[in-house]
Amino acid sequence: MKEKLVLVGNGMAGVRTLEELLKIAPDKYDITVFGAEPHCNYNRIMLSPVLAGEKTIDDIILNTQEWYDENNITLHTGNMVVDINRKAQQVIAADGTTVSYDRLLLATGSNPFIIPVPGHEKEGVIGFRDINDVDTMLDAAKNYKKAVVIGGGLLGLEAANGLVINGMDVTVVHLGDTLMEMQMDSVSGEMLKSSLEERGLKFRMNSSTTELTGGKRVTGLTFADGGELEADLVVMAAGIRPNIELAQKVGIHCERGIVVNDTLQTFDPKIYSVGECVQHRGIAYGLVAPLFEQARVCANHLAGYGIGIYEGSTTSTKLKVTGIDLFSAGDFHGDESTEEVVMKDAAQGIYKKVVLKDNKIIGAVMYGDTVDGAWYFQMLRDETDISDIREHLMFGQAHLGDSGHGGENAASALPDDAEVCGCNGVSKGTIVKAITEKGLFTLEEVKAHTKAAASCGSCTGLVEQILASTVGDYSDTPKKKPMCGCTEHSHDEVREAIRAQELTSIPAVMSALEWHTPDGCASCRPALNYYVLSAWPQQAKDDPQSRFINERAHANIQKDGTYSVIPRMWGGVTTPNELRAIADVADKFNISSVKVTGGQRVDLLGVKKEDLPAVWADLNAAGMVSGHGYGKSLRTVKTCVGSEWCRFGTQDSTGLGIKIEKMTWGSWTPHKYKIAVSGCPRNCAEATIKDFGVVCVDSGYELHVGGNGGIHVVATQLLCRVSTEEEVMEYCGAFMQVYREEAHYLERTAPWIERVGLSYAKQRVVEDEAGRKALHARFLASQEVFQVDPWAEAVEQDQIRKDYIPIKKLG
Amino acid sequence: MSNWIEVGKVEEIPKQGARVVETAEGDIGIFRTLEDEIFALRDRCPHKNGPLSQGIVHGKRVTCPLHNWNIELESGEVVAPDEGCAASFPVKVEAGVVFLSLEASK
Repeated sequence: MKEKLVLVGNGMAGVRTLEELLKIAPDKYDITVFGAEPHCNYNRIMLSPVLAGEKTIDDIILNTQEWYDENNITLHTGNMVVDINRKAQQVIAADGTTVSYDRLLLATGSNPFIIPVPGHEKEGVIGFRDINDVDTMLDAAKNYKKAVVIGGGLLGLEAANGLVINGMDVTVVHLGDTLMEMQMDSVSGEMLKSSLEERGLKFRMNSSTTELTGGKRVTGLTFADGGELEADLVVMAAGIRPNIELAQKVGIHCERGIVVNDTLQTFDPKIYSVGECVQHRGIAYGLVAPLFEQARVCANHLAGYGIGIYEGSTTSTKLKVTGIDLFSAGDFHGDESTEEVVMKDAAQGIYKKVVLKDNKIIGAVMYGDTVDGAWYFQMLRDETDISDIREHLMFGQAHLGDSGHGGENAASALPDDAEVCGCNGVSKGTIVKAITEKGLFTLEEVKAHTKAAASCGSCTGLVEQILASTVGDYSDTPKKKPMCGCTEHSHDEVREAIRAQELTSIPAVMSALEWHTPDGCASCRPALNYYVLSAWPQQAKDDPQSRFINERAHANIQKDGTYSVIPRMWGGVTTPNELRAIADVADKFNISSVKVTGGQRVDLLGVKKEDLPAVWADLNAAGMVSGHGYGKSLRTVKTCVGSEWCRFGTQDSTGLGIKIEKMTWGSWTPHKYKIAVSGCPRNCAEATIKDFGVVCVDSGYELHVGGNGGIHVVATQLLCRVSTEEEVMEYCGAFMQVYREEAHYLERTAPWIERVGLSYAKQRVVEDEAGRKALHARFLASQEVFQVDPWAEAVEQDQIRKDYIPIKKLG
Repeated sequence: MSNWIEVGKVEEIPKQGARVVETAEGDIGIFRTLEDEIFALRDRCPHKNGPLSQGIVHGKRVTCPLHNWNIELESGEVVAPDEGCAASFPVKVEAGVVFLSLEASK
């Protein structure tokens, strides 16, 4: 017997809650929806493009009648709920329809605030909230000339812009002296005003309306300063108020909005509420992302799972207002206790301001170039100390030689066939189509449906811009990022719990931290395996089934299901014997491809899985071990020849490189780890794009850290200089160990250092001598357990070897 | 109904893992979940033919090692929003021994 769920309000937040509920508990409820408007659920944010003639109403419908039918949802449109009998648990609609409920969801949205001046009830005075308003405006544009929009916020400007496009003479009246003062500071507000004036909009700032004049229909306005304006149409865009009329009528506790707790329940436990009508921890939200987050948590509780918590949202706002990219987050005004860093190029229409307090970002506002908005917002949320990057803060996150997105940073300039995501070949047009056809709202959804930004991520800024311009607002919200869909905990929380509670196995972690799935997913299992091994190297046991295939099989899987074998070549130095062994193996096993790798060693490609142990046995016989070319582990230590041979070599870079490789091989790391040693500042071993790079100099050794080649090319930063090889080894082990203990799984050293700051790394590895020695000691202790040739293990142990062969071969 | 072929013991298949049965028409992956349920799928991902048997098994799904598509072990269906289906084969376990039928379920 299904329970009954009634949704009052057929808008975006309420219907989203239904969608989330249907995903997790499709058969729990008989669902009935009442909507006051005569339409199916549509994207209210897209009313502006409809007004501007860029879209039709059909384009912005999110859920068609078919959707309601397919999901057995009874929809009553054009029928407002006027009463609720909470004792009998029934709702009563305007036409008398009565429906019982076991659970009730109120999503009554907001109403436009109509300024209560005399004349506000005249014909021709409207809000800008629904399809009906849009129809009225389009009608007015055909039959009348002058329009006034009261309110120079986001909605007012969009309304004004739409009316101008439809041929009206439009003036925007604003109470204050800055447009969009909720998102823009005075400089960006002024730039916006100039840009809109060029389009034909007129403005009357610092104006307080006192009366709407005329007969049955409005003909003008008067202001507090004595001035007047003619108007045939007045659009009130002076703010919205939560629609709490029904809730108040039936005694549900309201303040500015319907008061809900962290599980979106009202004071009546059978009644939930989401959306703009809601007040949560004192805040009523009007942006999409927080409301969709509420929907997700509410659905979790309606489904009976009882585990979601909504703690409120920190929002940044990425908007497209009349075609101009804007971004806003936090406290972007600042005061005497804050500093600002500003970049302005008025001719190009670019303005960026970051507000800092105690070297942390507390707010940002951007006009025209918003690609780095998400980056500033991340640092704002993480309270990152930006001292280390202050000099290039305003130039954005773009790294030298970023690849994969065609070097663009303004999506609006791109044609539809432009390739936005180079990893997956996704064009702008494909992304826009997916967003509009499938009703996508967030970056995660775009990633899932199109693969854009789902691989290397360098096109993320562009995808966010496309979202903002297609959907209307892109407001990013999660406070802390959970490790994966199986948990609410972040990487740091999980690492900390593993240490504090001595969790030494994956099942122990999942049990202690209340994982939502029985045995995790392909994302968290490898991460947890790494975290328990790194916290408890002596006690924890490796779980091969939680390793990605490459690390499980100790070889690199190729596109046809064969593998590649890379024996280790210490410091990139080999011998005739080793080369002969490699050649003999290639012949003996008919290995089709032999290639030199970027890591200064040789790769044998096309090896069948069942041949791997035999291949390894032959290589072991020649004294060669696994090169770990496949792991989140130490990969290689590259070298250039140095003082042994080179006329410029200042130190024995090759010898040192080999020593370092012998110390570090076999260790597991959060992400692949690469080292190089160059014999002089000519840097022929390219040490300055390595996680740990040594550049030999006359007086000793420069130690560089946090370099990554590849997609986001990041050059190293100098850690310090030391004088002896012993010091190099100690600093190398210590830096590697702090990275291993503290970085997130799949976080390379470059983003890790960006996150924690070079100063932190220096403090732990350079300044704290006792700490450094302890880190180095822990590294070596861990190596006692992990520095093992996995190839030899497979060759020697039947139990391991059997997994390489088919369990059965049939004709 | 069909010819049941003896494949091997359940314990020869790693928990949360798979072993491969080679056939004339291509490999079949024999999967074992955490709860010791056994499933058999054509060892070719509907996306680009990746060997599903090499993927990480979690719940009743496997993640293809090539491009991370998720496949339901019971039906071979790809998890949304990706689309596709890998052929699934009947299996039974008797006295700890796994038997496979080569007549695909779909």
